[in-house]
Amino acid sequence: MDILKYTDEHRQFRERLRSFLADEVTPNVEQWEKDHIVPKEMWRRTGQAGFLCTWVPPEYGGMGGDFLYSVIVTEEMARTNHTGLAAMLHSDVVVPYIAAFGSEAQKKKYLPGCVSGDIITAVAMTEPDAGSDLAGMQSTAEPDGDAFVINGSKTFISNGINADLVIVAAKNPAEKNPYQAMSLYLVEDGTSGFNRGRQLEKMGFHSQDTAELFFTNCRIPKENILGTPGMGFMMLMEKLQQERLMCAIGGQAAAELMLEMTTDYCRKTTDASGKPISKYQATQFALVEMAADIKVGRAFLDKLIVEHAAGESIVVETSMAKYWTTDLANRVADRCLKLHGDYGLTEKCPLARAMRDVRVMSIFAGTNEIMKGIAAKFMGL
Amino acid sequence: MDFSLTKSQKEIVKAAWAFAKGEFDKERILELSRKQEFPKDILQKAGDLGFIGIHFPESCDGGGMGLFENILVAETFCRKDSTLGSALMFTGYSAECLVRSADDELKNKYLPRVAGGELIFTGAFQEPGSGYDFSRLQTSAVQSNDDWIINGAKSFVPFGHSAGAYVVLCATGPEYGDGSTSLILVEADRKGVHASDAGEKLGGRLMPFADVTFENVAVPHGNLINKPGNGATVLQAFMCENRIQIAGMAIGTAQGAFDRAIDYVKQREQFGRKLAQFQVTRHKLADMAAKIEASRYLTYYAAWSFDNGKPEFRLASMAKLTATRAAVEVCDEAIQLLGGYGYTTEYEVEHFFRDAREAEIFQGGPSVQKDIIADEIIGRLK
Repeated sequence: MDILKYTDEHRQFRERLRSFLADEVTPNVEQWEKDHIVPKEMWRRTGQAGFLCTWVPPEYGGMGGDFLYSVIVTEEMARTNHTGLAAMLHSDVVVPYIAAFGSEAQKKKYLPGCVSGDIITAVAMTEPDAGSDLAGMQSTAEPDGDAFVINGSKTFISNGINADLVIVAAKNPAEKNPYQAMSLYLVEDGTSGFNRGRQLEKMGFHSQDTAELFFTNCRIPKENILGTPGMGFMMLMEKLQQERLMCAIGGQAAAELMLEMTTDYCRKTTDASGKPISKYQATQFALVEMAADIKVGRAFLDKLIVEHAAGESIVVETSMAKYWTTDLANRVADRCLKLHGDYGLTEKCPLARAMRDVRVMSIFAGTNEIMKGIAAKFMGL
Repeated sequence: MDFSLTKSQKEIVKAAWAFAKGEFDKERILELSRKQEFPKDILQKAGDLGFIGIHFPESCDGGGMGLFENILVAETFCRKDSTLGSALMFTGYSAECLVRSADDELKNKYLPRVAGGELIFTGAFQEPGSGYDFSRLQTSAVQSNDDWIINGAKSFVPFGHSAGAYVVLCATGPEYGDGSTSLILVEADRKGVHASDAGEKLGGRLMPFADVTFENVAVPHGNLINKPGNGATVLQAFMCENRIQIAGMAIGTAQGAFDRAIDYVKQREQFGRKLAQFQVTRHKLADMAAKIEASRYLTYYAAWSFDNGKPEFRLASMAKLTATRAAVEVCDEAIQLLGGYGYTTEYEVEHFFRDAREAEIFQGGPSVQKDIIADEIIGRLK
């Protein structure tokens, strides 16, 4: 019995998405990996095909889908074995801030573009000296007449180059309590004083544009503050449950894909004697152990998806799931790569990219050490 | 029993470290790695200073020392940079087949050029789909008058398209015994030799693989290494030595990533404390250090045994299995400790991690090594 109750509509949506990805994404992945970016046009095509921000209500241009649509998009994107078209980040991590905390005017202004892919979003929290420790943030936003003036630098910003709209976390220097000083601001591409720095060269995520962002006396209109002033930290905390759950879904889906590819490889590949690799006992045990781990992960994850969709607070469990499934993805990558032998050492082998890509999952969206720290705190330890 | 390095061994380490510090430029290595382009000028200098072929006989311009000293160089170079260090150490890949098993004529002709950093040497053993099982070779060498005529295709040949000479494993049965094989030296400029770049690699990017084909390639009889039909025996001894060398490279790779992680956690502050002050960080570092030390002494012991006339395949395989796994795990943890920075090329540990992967899988992954170890420790069943 399945934990998640997918309807026929969900299943048809997944089929449509699969064929869209097979036609529009998979053939271009190699090029995007080389270019270190996905063309903006591709975001628009994805949006126009109805695969971005599926949950946005119809009055803002969306289809008003339930959380399972977000799950489907995240899973199917992971199966393309590339990370550049970061639909999950845009649709299920960044845009929800606008929907949840934005004014009516902000929602009207931005949400339809987020759905159509005309507006690509990013969220800028991390700074060179403030990674896991968000309270150590240095960027400032000072009120000045009818504007806020933002100064500071952000780094490791996914979609950093493509982003048309960035949600920036910054502190009001007049407020001494670091937890009450932070607010979120909407900064549009092209705003004077907002500049892109280097695009970061990374081990994996090659098709994903990760960049430094610089704000130098960047003036934005007063109405571009998002939500209640001083509530930035609370807003981030509130949305992190979903962000972490989405990361867990990504990790789980990546592990499932890697095992599938490897099982297939072991069945089809024979050794010098003509015996399929899958007929060796050690290979079989490795594949079985990974399959078992993946089933355990799936059962836990699906339960959390149901609870999250029902609006429950599952901070401890999502922290655990983020670290457990992303560790799982790394463990599976490690074992699968070895099963490919020397072929796994070449970039022709899809496992090579998968291994490089999943490595960051235990670092981003709060390192797995941070996840354990949060869980410990919430468990009252 | 004495675990300490001799004075001359300490000097080798010191000299290799000084050389690597002077010549291994981080930005240049990153740029070369992007293009998979090996820096021949650095090889030339390493050759001039005696770091290549330290274990070759002095009569062939080598250092006249052992595998142990070669490992000290490998470890030290890889500690400074795993990609360039491992590539430099692999420019003499399979030259040991000559060192240990060839006649003087062949040694004198080639080893001085390898030791001088003028000639890249490589081994062509695997075939498409063969893995490390060489019992069903397709590549054949047939005698014809004064020549061997070689036909076949080899894959996963490191430095395959920049090497000047290949040691090629060929089937030479049945006249030298059923399923017999021989190792034959083939110069890259012989007619009928064709190398094609096998594309981008995950790690070890300064020694790209090539697929090499041999089409009616004629080489003189003198190019045969050792005796006809002795290919498997010579190759086994070489692999034993090479696996210990890879273990040495892996220790350096692990140590280099560890050094960088230590530097980072001592200066990086989060939540008002240095990362090095968190208990979990301290324990991670302790685990990493323990893995490195365990690997180091197992590898040193395997090398010492080899040099003292007791080459044991199982020790070589145990050293490779243990040291390369330790390298993967230590580099993995180093990335985690550096967080987002660890994932960027600028902080280097990510390429140490990829290079550790190469060390773990190339020349027989864990499964191959375990089979070798199990064969020896179980022995023949009644």
